[in-house]
Amino acid sequence: MEKVIEFIIRVCGISAVIFVFAIFGFVFWEGRELLISGEFNFWKFLFTKEWYPASESNPRFGVLALIAGTASVTVLAMAIAVPFGLGAAIYISEFCGSRLREALKVIIELLAAIPSVVWGFIGLTIMNELIMKLFGAPIGLTVLNGAIILALMSVPIIVSISEDALKAVPDSYREAAIGLGVTRWQMVYKVLLPSAKNGLLAAVLLGIGRAVGETMAVLMATGHAVHIPFDGTPPFFHPLDSVRTLTATIAAELGETARGSEHYQVLFVVGILLFSITFAVNLTADLVVKGIRDK
Amino acid sequence: MSTPPTENSMRFAETELVRKKQLSERIAQFAFLMMTLAMVLPLLLIVTYLIYKAMPALSLGFLFDLPSRGMRAGGIWPALLGTIYLVVVSLVIAAPIGVLAAVYLNEYAQDNWFTRIINLAVINLAGVPSIVHALFGLGAFVLFAGIGRSVLAASLTLAVMTLPVIIASTKEALSAVPMSFREACWNMGVSRWKTIRGVVLPNSISGILTGIILQVSRAAGETAPIMFTGAVFYKAVQKGDVFAYGLLDQCMALAMHLFTISTQVPGVDEAIPFATAVVLLGTVLLVNAAAIIMRIILRTRKKW
Repeated sequence: MEKVIEFIIRVCGISAVIFVFAIFGFVFWEGRELLISGEFNFWKFLFTKEWYPASESNPRFGVLALIAGTASVTVLAMAIAVPFGLGAAIYISEFCGSRLREALKVIIELLAAIPSVVWGFIGLTIMNELIMKLFGAPIGLTVLNGAIILALMSVPIIVSISEDALKAVPDSYREAAIGLGVTRWQMVYKVLLPSAKNGLLAAVLLGIGRAVGETMAVLMATGHAVHIPFDGTPPFFHPLDSVRTLTATIAAELGETARGSEHYQVLFVVGILLFSITFAVNLTADLVVKGIRDK
Repeated sequence: MSTPPTENSMRFAETELVRKKQLSERIAQFAFLMMTLAMVLPLLLIVTYLIYKAMPALSLGFLFDLPSRGMRAGGIWPALLGTIYLVVVSLVIAAPIGVLAAVYLNEYAQDNWFTRIINLAVINLAGVPSIVHALFGLGAFVLFAGIGRSVLAASLTLAVMTLPVIIASTKEALSAVPMSFREACWNMGVSRWKTIRGVVLPNSISGILTGIILQVSRAAGETAPIMFTGAVFYKAVQKGDVFAYGLLDQCMALAMHLFTISTQVPGVDEAIPFATAVVLLGTVLLVNAAAIIMRIILRTRKKW
């Protein structure tokens, strides 16, 4: 009897490994015919911007504009979330009292719990109007809208991982610095940040992973136009353009495709691309964290 | 006659340098406080605004009424019921697997490369985009296993997605049980599994429950994974019928319903999507608050 139970425990123990392989396997399987067919050119897939998957006469599958959409939203979101997230983490771990700290941590946990479709709805209604009013834009569903929403969504993970990283710095470092007569800010800037930098980097990477993989919020908030928000004329980047991300494309189009069609399969190939990106980001974050522990 | 030294020069550290560093300290502290507030305030403002806009539609009847006029008016009963079904079924699947996986990782696994790979897989599973989970659920459960788009297929997808939540929190709860408890048990000749069942699990049960509560909140809020695996825009159910969905039926879900009425259906009463968002947000936040309160009680009651 006990042998049976221990066997079950072992099987459950490796379930996560099984599922990660299964996810890759099944997503690959559904897109396999297109991937191994001679017509599919991976470089053309990545580096052309014509996305006309439903065209009868000449379907083209170039995801460059979708990658640009994902990249623009993610980068702008991180530009907002990283400073605010690190600042909040520093405040929570170094500057505030223990009661306030507990309260702030609870609020951040609640912030992390808000479902992505509710964020999307906020983007669609509140942020949309706000951006139209503030910038006089014809439509508020833009890179900026999606980036602000994504920033609010990824800030909790950045804060909690950064705070862990700061907490992991031994107190003797702090005491040594304070003993030399520096202020708290000088201690944070000269001692804590350099010694916690790997953990902080991991926090940022996990934030990026979250932002790249987010689906419903960006589907609803970024305006759904296959468009590259960069061009050659200054200011080169247009945060008030509408875009569409890799994730949003799958969510929006999968329902309309017939199983086995090229369009259906290319969406699974986009899924493999997304899986690979987030896998690489998470793996790097893990290696960075492990790097500190081994030191 | 010598002039008495001014107060300023008497003070030990009041040099230009010190004034500068104290100024920078004050600026830094203020800036960090503002950054923290910049995250806290939106939460409060957003919640207040959503509730304000939802007010005209919010009532008990809204929860238990059927949608009417092609989902442009009425209540959200079928969606609410569908979410409950999805959460319960995914919980029944994910909880045992997740808890046992954590038991393996914390009680059986040695510290070697294989365990590292498992931990890495857990982290990566948590990081897989929700839409990729949807593709997986469609490929594996709906098509390959032949379950079809149904409550079961959607719940299985949600279960895989939320597994890391349960594994992580259970592992934390198990590792909080002191090693001496286990050693005392082993020394009396009790086997490994009996020790786990009799000593480790009972002493960590509240921590495990916290993880399960968090899984519920996560599963209730997800949209993308259920979009193509079982949730539909509309399904007719009887008012008050709590057994409206079978395991192999498609169902409506709250998160999906919010997406549908705010993007796909024109001419919805303005307050209805806001009210739906408030119900979804309220459910998720309440469930999370329950987990947080439980954790605080747990910490104050700690026996060892």
